[in-house]
Amino acid sequence: MEINNNQLLRFTTAGSVDDGKSTLIGRLLFDSKSIFEDQLDSVSKTSEKKGHDGVDLALFTDGLKDEREQGITIDVAYRYFTTPKRKFIIADTPGHIEYTRNMVTGASTANAAVILIDARHGVIEQTKRHSFIASLLNIPHLIVCINKMDLVDFSEAVYNDIVNQFEEFSSKLLMKDVRFIPISALLGDNVVNRSKNMDWYQEGTLLSTLETLHISSDINKIDARFPVQTVLRPQSEAYRDYRGYAGRIASGIYRVGDEVAVLPSGFNSTIKSINAGEQEVEEAYAPMSVSMTLEDDIDISRGNMIVKKNNQPEMEQEFDVMLCWLNSDTAKPRAKYTIMHTSNEERAIIKEVVYKMDINSFERDNEDNDLGMNDIARVKLRTTRRLAIDSYRDSRNTGSIILIDENTNETVAAGMIV
Amino acid sequence: MSKYYLNYLDELESEAIYILREVWAQFENPVILFSGGKDSILVTHLAKKAFYPSKIPFALMHVDTGHNFPETIKFRDDLIEKLGVKLIVGSVQESIDQGRVAEEKGKNATRNALQITTLLDAIEGNKVDCAIGGGRRDEEKARAKERFFSHRDDFGQWDPKNQRPELWNLLNGKYFEGEHFRAFPISNWTEMDVWNYIKRENISIPSLYFAHEREVVYRSHSWIPVSEYLKLEEGEKVETKKIRFRTLGDITITGGIESEADTLDKIAEEVAAMRKTERGDRSDDKRSETAMEDRKKQGYF
Repeated sequence: MEINNNQLLRFTTAGSVDDGKSTLIGRLLFDSKSIFEDQLDSVSKTSEKKGHDGVDLALFTDGLKDEREQGITIDVAYRYFTTPKRKFIIADTPGHIEYTRNMVTGASTANAAVILIDARHGVIEQTKRHSFIASLLNIPHLIVCINKMDLVDFSEAVYNDIVNQFEEFSSKLLMKDVRFIPISALLGDNVVNRSKNMDWYQEGTLLSTLETLHISSDINKIDARFPVQTVLRPQSEAYRDYRGYAGRIASGIYRVGDEVAVLPSGFNSTIKSINAGEQEVEEAYAPMSVSMTLEDDIDISRGNMIVKKNNQPEMEQEFDVMLCWLNSDTAKPRAKYTIMHTSNEERAIIKEVVYKMDINSFERDNEDNDLGMNDIARVKLRTTRRLAIDSYRDSRNTGSIILIDENTNETVAAGMIV
Repeated sequence: MSKYYLNYLDELESEAIYILREVWAQFENPVILFSGGKDSILVTHLAKKAFYPSKIPFALMHVDTGHNFPETIKFRDDLIEKLGVKLIVGSVQESIDQGRVAEEKGKNATRNALQITTLLDAIEGNKVDCAIGGGRRDEEKARAKERFFSHRDDFGQWDPKNQRPELWNLLNGKYFEGEHFRAFPISNWTEMDVWNYIKRENISIPSLYFAHEREVVYRSHSWIPVSEYLKLEEGEKVETKKIRFRTLGDITITGGIESEADTLDKIAEEVAAMRKTERGDRSDDKRSETAMEDRKKQGYF
């Protein structure tokens, strides 16, 4: 295979045991010839042991011992496959309400979410929950697969009805690109190969949709943000005064000669050089890992952000975030947490819970202020120092934060800046 | 007009460099676990890019089972010299001599599992707080659940059901005294990605990866190289075959495949057509369905 311009697409699948999610992933991998013989052997043996007819495609996705024993997904599992058009990373996440945190995790870096609906049951609470999380995490593309069409006689009327149900409830959510595909994961209809049973559906299969989604605009290329991870200071004679600011461009495009500002100090300078590895380049863009040098000698360290002089993020010490609580210890009122935002680290307190979201009904609850595992709430945060923030809608990388409990070192919450 | 999106190899490279720099920024004393295999060579290559024009700021740590391919050791020593980095060796033989571990017995005895003790001793003894590995999620089903930053308790153990959630690019590397981390910058690479990248960057790798004539014995569906440690069983015979290795590990358990692929181009072509995973020839993974998960929980790579 030649090295080429193929892109990488990350997508998440959320679903429960019964809606055929594991079968769908198994089918995608199997029909795109991404399953190896020894994996097939091992799954065939297990299928036989469990008394299934033929190969149970769902078994390809079970990872840990407990998961295989209980037949459920507990943690996010990553799967990989490649077609002649793209490389794909699947973040396979469990769909039960108690695993909301895993769904959020899988969704955080996804270009697309695949949501499964059982054609026999139509839109259920779980569908709404998954769609809400996809919209909250601002996943750019949503693909709704109406599965088990074989069990409803491949009926166009059933399909249309479910599409309408989905359109109705999702009008309250923020979504840019939604597509619907009638499939049978079990039989393979419209997954990789076009269905022979549904002539009334003439659009793409799931795989061809994934292969052609326009994803190069998924990252913000307008607002240039460069969080400094570390400063490179080579200990050699040739580079005596060299200071390279290393990081991964969070959004936007940088060119040599650009006038920049360094936050939080606010000092201005000009980009002198940009390096991608050993190679010097004229311009660089998100999500490239690069290092930059500036014309002026300014004190810059990890946690600082280099931005364009004429396009700067807000510097705030108090701001609202949509917070997902990820830990079994509930949030302590006015407790201090470590906050991580880009490469920056400060301390933060939750000043106020504005409201909690019921993720099944999309209703706000203004009374209940306790934040427990899997809760989603709008809160006011106050940090020890000002942070250079963007709204999550504008930039995933500079609009997201996590909170760490200082007593346990665990990541207890993930937040999207409003 | 220039394009403003990355192809998949550039994106994987950028992600790995980000993680390596995050390790450097968040930990006091990180090392790269270096086996001499292609994945750890790749991680080392990426580290060179991540910190250029500085030198790689990590030592390389080799857990040496004592059962090595001589080619691997030569390659390791040449690379260390070229990069000017420090080498730390944890020796399984020493662990045996000190009575920390006992050799397995029987026909398929290997030192694979013994590495866990040596690795954890080397991490503790050198006050390493983050060991960077070349593990990939596509290798094995337990590895599919790994985080980029993976926490180990003060016994070096992995608790797969109680891992820290990892969102966006925010990596939490906080730990208490005695605990440590493993970091996996090439988590999202597949075997094919690794080969395509090695080819693109023209990274040098041990000759063992290229097809060559070698004396081997057919055992458990693969060609095991003849070495001073190999005990011939009844009915087994030594043959000379043109083979190459898809992974490099302990010489006693690393099986080769018959192959004519003697250039990077041919290897990439061959891997693309492969119908078996690369660990399919590793007898350490064949012991049970959960062999890798069980070892990983105890502190394996």
